[in-house]
Amino acid sequence: MISVQVKELTKSFGEVTAIDNISFDVNKGELFGFIGPDGAGKTTLFRILVTLLIQDKGTAFMEGHDVVKDYKKIRNMVGYMPGKFSLYQDLSVEENLNFFATIFGTSLEENYDLIKDIYHQIEPFKKRLAGKLSGGMKQKLALSCAMIHKPEVLILDEPTTGVDAVSRKEFWEMLSKLKENNITIIVSTPYMDEASLCDKVALIQKGKILSIDKPSNIMKSFPKPLLAIKANNMYNLLYDMAEYKNTHTVYPFGEYLHYTPLEKTFDIKDIESYLASKGHINIIIEKIEANIEDCFMELMKKN
Amino acid sequence: MEQTPIITVKNLVKKFGSFVANDNLTFNVYKGEIFGFLGANGAGKTTAMKILCGLSLPSSGEANIAGYDVYKDTDKIKRNIGYMSQKFSLYEDLTVYENIRFYAGIYGLRRKVIREKTALLLNKLQLDQEKDTLIKSLPLGWKQKLAFSVAIFHNPKIVFLDEPTGGVDPITRRQFWNMIYEAANKGVTVFVTTHYMDEAEYCNRVSIMVDGRIAALDTPGNLKNEHNVQTMNDVFLKLARSS
Repeated sequence: MISVQVKELTKSFGEVTAIDNISFDVNKGELFGFIGPDGAGKTTLFRILVTLLIQDKGTAFMEGHDVVKDYKKIRNMVGYMPGKFSLYQDLSVEENLNFFATIFGTSLEENYDLIKDIYHQIEPFKKRLAGKLSGGMKQKLALSCAMIHKPEVLILDEPTTGVDAVSRKEFWEMLSKLKENNITIIVSTPYMDEASLCDKVALIQKGKILSIDKPSNIMKSFPKPLLAIKANNMYNLLYDMAEYKNTHTVYPFGEYLHYTPLEKTFDIKDIESYLASKGHINIIIEKIEANIEDCFMELMKKN
Repeated sequence: MEQTPIITVKNLVKKFGSFVANDNLTFNVYKGEIFGFLGANGAGKTTAMKILCGLSLPSSGEANIAGYDVYKDTDKIKRNIGYMSQKFSLYEDLTVYENIRFYAGIYGLRRKVIREKTALLLNKLQLDQEKDTLIKSLPLGWKQKLAFSVAIFHNPKIVFLDEPTGGVDPITRRQFWNMIYEAANKGVTVFVTTHYMDEAEYCNRVSIMVDGRIAALDTPGNLKNEHNVQTMNDVFLKLARSS
């Protein structure tokens, strides 16, 4: 069953086209990720979906409701966590929750089951002012507030930006648990490594969707063979591999660089002897499978 | 790599009242090294970095930065380091050239030198046409590259990068790391603090702070082997979650 349906959506701000003719469907209960850098259009898209902005062209339906005509209905059934922490800093944890519950005509007690796993972790601090919480705790409170009215669809705008690796991991664990309640979750992130935690992802750049599929399918469809190469001096290695005759792309990936050939295939022996002739030592060359970041860069290059 | 220490830290402690923010830190960073300084929010990274930049005094212990003592020579330390942060680096309401002139002027570079070096820099960054553009109208990726170039404009011995590459697309991010490799290759020591573990993979060595202490210090490869995991993120989770 389709939960969110977007067709040919476009929104411009003056000269800048923030989102450019975007279409996609999200199924009920799916965890759907928008992966892309700052300025890709993620926030604009989400603000249209939660009825805070009106598109220039195209349509968007949330659980069958039109985001323009039925905005009042949508606001009652969508939970939204904006990218910037937007709760009341000078109210306590408990006061924030009660405030949002009251606005939606419900109470903390009524929907406690839904948020208990998350709220449980911050409950010991319920008297603390929201402004005095750590980044990870703020995030948990914001998620609790976004869900207090038992929404059908959750829209989370970069919930893991700026929080440390431990909190990030805990947050994704919370999301996969939430899925058990059959809530549709749309989440955005600039971190490519979070793609694999989603059921389906859209890679987005400059207002356009580059690819949309299961993460595993996107990685499988990488069009080139790929090598990881390492040697003693990364700076020289990058330079020399960029100059190599059969090179399509060379990108640093931590301790290794990732290399794709211009032609259909490559000759590892030839690369080895080429690098040795350039004075590299401790050369390691391994054939690898593409990850989401490899795919994203290849798609950027193609577009 | 030559192993000449450029930062030496010994038994460094920083307390705020009864709270121990840095608990007996001891480590060296070598010339031309890209050193990752990692830790969760609140682990004590910023406190330590402020001391290393000459902005705050330790409670006890020793630290020497590029030959200068953190208790006595704080002015000399500041002159010999560069600093760039994702949060604040360039003045948005000044142009590209005004920013360069401002920073270079603070470090005492002469006008003629500034002019010559600026021309070379803008040419290298392909920003010649943007010399008089306000920073706020540049794309984020260009800002980051320019901010890094400005941070090393006065040829510092060490450059401190405070969460430098968040938010940009993966290709721009790699262009940025190419610049970092280039600087390190010329002998500039690069000290990166971050809580993004995939940035850690690019460093020659990384230290991981947990609750004010250094819980691990080694190359990313060795740390991954030692903990039998695939990524620095997993190394970090193992160390931070056991605290």
